[in-house]
Amino acid sequence: MSDQVTEREVGRSRPRKEDAHLVTGQTTWTDNIDVHGLLHLAILRSPMAHARIRRIDVSPALEQPGVVAAFGGRDLAAGLGSLPCAWPVTEDMVLPDHPPIAVDEVRYAGDPVAVVVARDRYAAADALEAVEVDYEQLPPVLDLEAALAEDAPLVHSDKGTNRCYVWPLATGEEYPTVRHRADVVLRRRYVQQRLIPNAMEPRSVVVTPLAASGEYTVHSATQIPHILRIMLATVTGVPEHKLRVIAPDVGGGFGSKLQVYGEEALALAVARRLGRPVKWTESRSEGYLATHHGRGMIQDVEIAATREGRLLGLKVDLLADMGAYLMLVTPGIPILGAFMYPAIYKMDAYDFTCTGVFTTRTPTDAYRGAGRPEATYAIERIMDELAVELGLDPVELRRRNWIGHEEFPYTAIAGLTYDSGNYEAATDKALALFGYDELRAEQRKRNESGETVRLGIGVSTYTEMCGLAPSRVLRDLRYAAGGWEAASIRMLPTGKVEVVTGTSPHGQGHVTCWSQIASDVLGVPFDDVEVVHGDTKAAPQGMDTYGSRSLVVGGAAVHRAAEKVVEKARKVAAHLLEASEDDLEFTHGVFSVKGSPEARRSIQEIAFETFSSHDLPDGMEPTINAEHLVDPDNFSYPHGTHLCAVEVDTETGRTTIRSYVSVDDVGRVVNPMIVEGQVHGGIAQGIAQALYEEAVYDDEGNLVSGTMADYLVPSAADLPAFVTDRTETPATSNPLGAKGVGEAGTIASTPAVVNAIVDALRPLGVSEVAMPCTPQRVWDALRAARSDGHSSGGPTASAESAESAKEASA
Amino acid sequence: MTRISVKVDGTTYEDEVEPRLLLIHYLRDRLGLTGTPIGCDTSNCGACTVDLDGETVKSCSVLAVQADSGEVTTVQGLARDGEWHPLQKAFHERHALQCGYCTPGMIMAARDLLRENPAPDPQEVREALEGNLCRCTGYQNIVRAVLAASGQEATT
Amino acid sequence: MIPPAFEYTRPTSVDEAVRTLADGGEDAKVLAGGQSLLPLLRLRLAFPELVVDVGRIPELRGIREDEGTLVIGAMTTHHDVVRDPRVRRHAGLLAAATATVADPAVRHRGTLGGSLAHADPAGDLPAVILALDATLVAVGPGGRRSIPAREFFVDYLQTALRPDELLVQVEIPARDDWGFHYEKFQRVAQAWAVVGVAALVRRDDGRIAEARIGLTNMGSTPLRAEAAEEALTGATAVGAVRRAAETAADGTRPSSDPSASPEYRAHLARVLTRRAVLAAAGMG
Repeated sequence: MSDQVTEREVGRSRPRKEDAHLVTGQTTWTDNIDVHGLLHLAILRSPMAHARIRRIDVSPALEQPGVVAAFGGRDLAAGLGSLPCAWPVTEDMVLPDHPPIAVDEVRYAGDPVAVVVARDRYAAADALEAVEVDYEQLPPVLDLEAALAEDAPLVHSDKGTNRCYVWPLATGEEYPTVRHRADVVLRRRYVQQRLIPNAMEPRSVVVTPLAASGEYTVHSATQIPHILRIMLATVTGVPEHKLRVIAPDVGGGFGSKLQVYGEEALALAVARRLGRPVKWTESRSEGYLATHHGRGMIQDVEIAATREGRLLGLKVDLLADMGAYLMLVTPGIPILGAFMYPAIYKMDAYDFTCTGVFTTRTPTDAYRGAGRPEATYAIERIMDELAVELGLDPVELRRRNWIGHEEFPYTAIAGLTYDSGNYEAATDKALALFGYDELRAEQRKRNESGETVRLGIGVSTYTEMCGLAPSRVLRDLRYAAGGWEAASIRMLPTGKVEVVTGTSPHGQGHVTCWSQIASDVLGVPFDDVEVVHGDTKAAPQGMDTYGSRSLVVGGAAVHRAAEKVVEKARKVAAHLLEASEDDLEFTHGVFSVKGSPEARRSIQEIAFETFSSHDLPDGMEPTINAEHLVDPDNFSYPHGTHLCAVEVDTETGRTTIRSYVSVDDVGRVVNPMIVEGQVHGGIAQGIAQALYEEAVYDDEGNLVSGTMADYLVPSAADLPAFVTDRTETPATSNPLGAKGVGEAGTIASTPAVVNAIVDALRPLGVSEVAMPCTPQRVWDALRAARSDGHSSGGPTASAESAESAKEASA
Repeated sequence: MTRISVKVDGTTYEDEVEPRLLLIHYLRDRLGLTGTPIGCDTSNCGACTVDLDGETVKSCSVLAVQADSGEVTTVQGLARDGEWHPLQKAFHERHALQCGYCTPGMIMAARDLLRENPAPDPQEVREALEGNLCRCTGYQNIVRAVLAASGQEATT
Repeated sequence: MIPPAFEYTRPTSVDEAVRTLADGGEDAKVLAGGQSLLPLLRLRLAFPELVVDVGRIPELRGIREDEGTLVIGAMTTHHDVVRDPRVRRHAGLLAAATATVADPAVRHRGTLGGSLAHADPAGDLPAVILALDATLVAVGPGGRRSIPAREFFVDYLQTALRPDELLVQVEIPARDDWGFHYEKFQRVAQAWAVVGVAALVRRDDGRIAEARIGLTNMGSTPLRAEAAEEALTGATAVGAVRRAAETAADGTRPSSDPSASPEYRAHLARVLTRRAVLAAAGMG
């Protein structure tokens, strides 16, 4: 018997089990895979945003050394279905065909048009240049508003429109009524620039056929092996039970690997046709075109409030850039945000409309936060503007409107019931850590002396819906699948434990955290637990990892499954100890009989007894293994307050972050060190949106920021150290009390940074800087303010008196 | 084809290679040393950082033929007798990695820093790692780990 | 990510390298440290038929002093330049600017000669070499010739080097007493300079006796801010420097990209020139 466990694992900062192979280079990234006879796939992509394919000739490529096969789109697409969109958000949503490889028409720069298969990656790359394609250029569709005009050129001419869908949500009172009684109505336009997710591991897929049995093993750098298996079966026609999908070591995802990609289908199709194993790995620049982007929205936001600073209503009109095709959950991303615009605030009316728009750009889809960062940005930016309009401190305005901790559970205006939270506590803690009052005093002093480098202070509060998701809610949102998660626990004869999870980690630390959870419930040592994941054969049931769902749903499933194991073991223990189950105590992995502590059996011993099955209760199945599927009955709602101080050089426009404080409430924490790491990384990505990153397209639809040299991912030298802390209000929707932490940092940090920049520049007449707030943009804003004589907030802003607001709404 | 002889992690290899073969592809595809990954095609990410003749290089920016008669150390060659390098330990203990894809390059770059500057301050660590991108950690724990490996208490 | 195929040769002397280049003609390309060439090859933006690797020619590497002149072999790496005490003493501007080039791993491989011969106007060292009034020495089939830095940078990525010439060394007049500062403005640490200003200032009796200003990324070649240099002569106070710096962008034709418009670059050149000169003159 192993050492008895006495200390609780949950709540400990356990260094990760995952690290050993990662720090020593003994990794299993998909591109590492080499098998006998492996062929390399290279993909020729459209150099144009929109064009008709007049002719493709792959035969010159076949002449090249080392080339085994080459296919044009028509050769391959015939046997393949459309790539799936699992989220038709409205009944009448326009859903275009999306062949894994273009056949007649290319609709974004990067759309695949031909593939070459060769004996090594060098030969494949060379042969690609020999493929001949004639294009007839078609007009690109790039501007979201222009795309909706009557006479706009069409991305999908057979559909007759670039409007993908219109999705409305109106809750509470009628918004116009509420607006009518408002003292102040503010309108702003915010632009969520397109972002490129940039998981450090480029995508890669290896398909190995077992020709005789018609089985295929697909290794892919994916977040979703289970969903991918189902979808590849439908796209390629390979029966589901003949497909095994493995997500080996996966180097980050951030939503970009929550996808069913054309390349995965193409690799399978080619392997099937040739009966040979095939590998495709994207280069970074190729990935910038081929891997989905995030964000890409125009937000028209209107807020109505009383003179005293009580929010009355919020109206949001969203234009969301779908890109050229609808991928797995493309249309649903802004809808995830729809419920988050009212954030932590109470109000009487909420009116939301999202219009999805097709453009000739790389498709968009989930990127860290997925709809929620965009929503939080809009509400937190306009709350700052409202505070200025009302002459209130931005924190005070938030205080006057947020849901009080005594009001939980609280059904917010958009219809979600927030189960728990304490916004006051998180905010107070953040303000104290930040030194808010001192910084405000310094700011005043510096403003008065007219310093070149200004100090700005930005606040952002947030909540988010995590733990995707209650299946019935998903049904109501027209999402095609459910939101449950599965776990099973195998008690091995020697007392060791295998936790089989349906989540699919790619950096989150599930192996460590699931071990901690199982160790506590089962009372077995942390090191006696192994976690099996990411392989549809070994972990056959799961909904995978995205949306800060893994701990909240998958971790809860592990917890419940472990409880079931204990209950089964209790029966065996009672039998062996000749006691009634009610008389047994279970502590630290040991069953003992109340009052006679020498009568004891550890659960690990019971595992062996069950294996031998020599002496089990009558009629009992010889196993204490258990499985559990959790379908949550609510989302979880992490929240927090982030504060950022920036220094803005008004001569050059450069922003430097001076200090950054976050206080997040992610509920109960399994591993504080891992949670802190998630927050750090999230903040970094949010700052990157505020200051650095943007997928820039030119007027022809070419991706100008098409390499990592042009798309500015910040390094250690570009980011500050963060002060992170937590408050803890347990979630009520799962037995762990956990809320999820994967996206929190990204959601809160972007508005905190931009609010700080605008705060620094406001005395100089600036009330808006578009993201990313590049030095040039800051300088432009300052110049425009100077020439406006400090009178206006720029072309996209308008503040109205109640009178004119009423006129406008009449 | 050009004949090269390269010592990698203590083993000498002799091979005929195309002159255009990148050192990183030589390591990964020819030698099967896949511990060093590829993260970009523009020298920005630093995932492929290895040591060549005592200095870090981005192995995507060196031809295999340029490494001829040279000595390469990769993350796979750092442990001694099964004992991890202090940076490997520190990265583990300080949670300086999440997905781990940037980790080999980060460790090699940090090792280079500590050779030149055994007691860097946090800003010096950040600047020394400017050519290595991480998308998971926000770098904070990486800085902590490097400081810890240098025997200094983490101050950030 | 995969370079196109090429022939490769690794000469062991300058003479052999020059002969090889002459035989190779227009399609031969010199490989120095490779930190500019390899990225171009990987993205298939260059298609040389022959790559001449000059990385193993001992005479091209190293730093020495020669009667008030610092002589740096073309294949001396950035890393070696930064660490060399003679460079710091006689050409502190070069050491300071070189320390800002890319990142440590790139500085281990990248060379002074390579980055000058690549002649990217966004590179830091061309403007510095221009400000230092260095002389570049090339060897070709016809022998050795000296090219003043002012004549070396001809156009975007074009130098006065002939296809069969090899840059062998850079000669920098020692300026031990001059104040210097390289002011680099970039969007992230490892990015190219949006604008950079290399300032060298000789002070005499509390006034600026002479100033040299090199501009990075303000046109298709590195430039000297001549009007500003002239206006700085005799400046004794911050105000005078400020006024002089206002002319820093005169005559420049900066490019446009997503990071900066030409107008913004001109503005930056003025601000950064003021800051660089004040720092170099110890007047900040």
